[in-house]
Amino acid sequence: MALPKYTETRYRVWHYFYITICTCVFFFLIAPLFVIFPLSFNAEEFLSFSEGMKNLDPDAFSLRWYKDMIYGTKNPWGLAAKNSFIIAIFATLGSVILGTVAALGLSSRHMPYKGLIMATLISPMIVPLIISGVAIFFFMAKAGLAATHTGIVLAHIILGTPFVVITVTATLSGFDHSVTRAASSLGSDPVNTFMKITLPLILPGVISGGLFAFVTSFDEVVVVLFLAGLENTTIPIQMWTGLREQLSPTILAVATCLIILSTLILVTAELLRRRSERLRGINR
Amino acid sequence: MSSETGKILTTDGIPLEVSLKKAERKNKIKAFLLVAPLLLFLLITYIFPIGDMLMRSVDDKMVTEMLPKTYKSMEKWDGKELPPEEVFESFYLDFQKLVEEKRDGKLSTQLNYTKNGFKSILKKLRRKAKNFEEGNYKEQIMAVHQRWADVEYWRAIQRRAPAYTSQKYLKGIDMYKNEEGNIVNVEEDRRIHRILWLRTLEIAFFVTLLCFLMAYPIAHLLATLPMKYSNLLMICVLLPFWTSLLVRTASWMILLQQQGVVNDFFVMIGLVADDNRPEMMFNKTGTYVAMTQILLPFMVLPLYSVMKTISPSLMRAGKSLGGTPFIAFWKVYFPLTIPGIGAGCLLVFILAIGYYITPALVGGASGTLISNQIAYHMKSTLDWSFASAMGLMLLAGVLAIYWVYNKLVGVDNIKLG
Repeated sequence: MALPKYTETRYRVWHYFYITICTCVFFFLIAPLFVIFPLSFNAEEFLSFSEGMKNLDPDAFSLRWYKDMIYGTKNPWGLAAKNSFIIAIFATLGSVILGTVAALGLSSRHMPYKGLIMATLISPMIVPLIISGVAIFFFMAKAGLAATHTGIVLAHIILGTPFVVITVTATLSGFDHSVTRAASSLGSDPVNTFMKITLPLILPGVISGGLFAFVTSFDEVVVVLFLAGLENTTIPIQMWTGLREQLSPTILAVATCLIILSTLILVTAELLRRRSERLRGINR
Repeated sequence: MSSETGKILTTDGIPLEVSLKKAERKNKIKAFLLVAPLLLFLLITYIFPIGDMLMRSVDDKMVTEMLPKTYKSMEKWDGKELPPEEVFESFYLDFQKLVEEKRDGKLSTQLNYTKNGFKSILKKLRRKAKNFEEGNYKEQIMAVHQRWADVEYWRAIQRRAPAYTSQKYLKGIDMYKNEEGNIVNVEEDRRIHRILWLRTLEIAFFVTLLCFLMAYPIAHLLATLPMKYSNLLMICVLLPFWTSLLVRTASWMILLQQQGVVNDFFVMIGLVADDNRPEMMFNKTGTYVAMTQILLPFMVLPLYSVMKTISPSLMRAGKSLGGTPFIAFWKVYFPLTIPGIGAGCLLVFILAIGYYITPALVGGASGTLISNQIAYHMKSTLDWSFASAMGLMLLAGVLAIYWVYNKLVGVDNIKLG
């Protein structure tokens, strides 16, 4: 953003002011995440930087809290991580299958009441989570699914499908339907056409919808708080309890792991988005 | 192949119009069948339960079902003077049945909500009723306690007759129906819910405003920088977006605590004294700061996707036609970004208005919102019908905002990432 030489002083000042503001906002966005890294290696039990850490004394750093996370007494994190992954994987599968099939129907130009149905399908995204939590809890309690993995998976499918529906319909909006017609005219049945032609083309959209669904389920805490029993504890629930009761550095170790995980997801999502744009012929 | 009537026929001899309609209908059914599984799933597990919340929030069948005979005989009573013997008799019979089933405690709690003083006289009635003789129940019941001879108490019972009530909704805005049936405010010092509603609106509004003010410049920068720089900066927006909400809340708890990094920094630059560190968490400040940072990506992303489509030549044209950069920005660029502003503000406002986790962790008592109250009634007081009523009031608000937005801007331009 180099300024041309003829820029007047007041615009020059304004420009640097603008750059400063932007830098501050970027700092505000990203810096809080980086506080967690060094503190999770703290050798002491406090959640602030000790004198040793400020002087970069190697003794002030340790892997103590990571060890505690993995081998700690009572160790709730192992069970929580296992539950979180199981629930998120099944919820993602469910959301992706239901959402993709529905998106195929919604993208058909023959679909009746498109607006109303779309609004219904994405409503779990619009309705505040606390209300979804109450409603889903009432259903699960009646169906006898409260405090079961099945119940939580179903709840997360509800919350995850809108993302899949949105990303897949977006991918399908640039979809050239003549290729499926070509396949049919060459004698392929609809299922075969879908598996061999449609799915590979919309796959980036499906996967990025699936990523959204996975993250939604993996991070979700409001609905799980209503539904989970002791056996169904998840990472977010453990973090929630930990943050409410005693803020221990072990939580920071877990948080660091979660940040690394979200970085991986971010990279995957970005690569997929670019691939999808390339496939759909959108050039920027 | 056209016939004399002018109708075009297919090779099967069916009019083309009919054949087309048939094909169309087949396609419609096909499309609908694809959507049906998800639609059914959501209707059963999500939409109907929200309807169930509505039923719960207005349901008041408990007392109605506990005193069926009483309410039947009360139909003829005008409520001006003491009810006739018939009402007393059926009340006695209903009450005896409840005592047998050990449900009279529930009745006394419920009636005591309607009018204070029921608890003791029902207790007394239960004790004395064992020795009641048959016939002339009016005299016998009135002899138990003088309040049974007070017509006010019978009117209170009558008020619980309808199976539905708006009481929970009135409670949600700190009002109630008094004994004359008028809707009045509760006493000044017990109005807690209105404060919460106002605070929720206030925080959601200012968080949206702060997000807008911060997001606009960086979205502009991201949209105008060359790709290789903007991609790098985009990570600053996307990484928090993909990071767990609890992780981000935790990092704010560390930053804002009294011995935290922000306070350390303030002490270091001499802004505050070391022994007088300000409380930045467990109050409104904490809620504002944390919520703004957490919701900021939801404002940046829609703004960015709109700004990306605005051609830079428009600004150049504006300037070359004699506008200063500010005028060119204000008259050309800004109006073009309005759909993005609308989408971002809607998203952030709706998310903020229903926020629960962050205010519960960093908000303390003065920074909690209406969702925290809903969760409190769901989990602690177990007054599920009240939680439902408040939830639905919040939902109505959100839908109203959504509706207004749809009228003004249109919902179609909401994008994800």
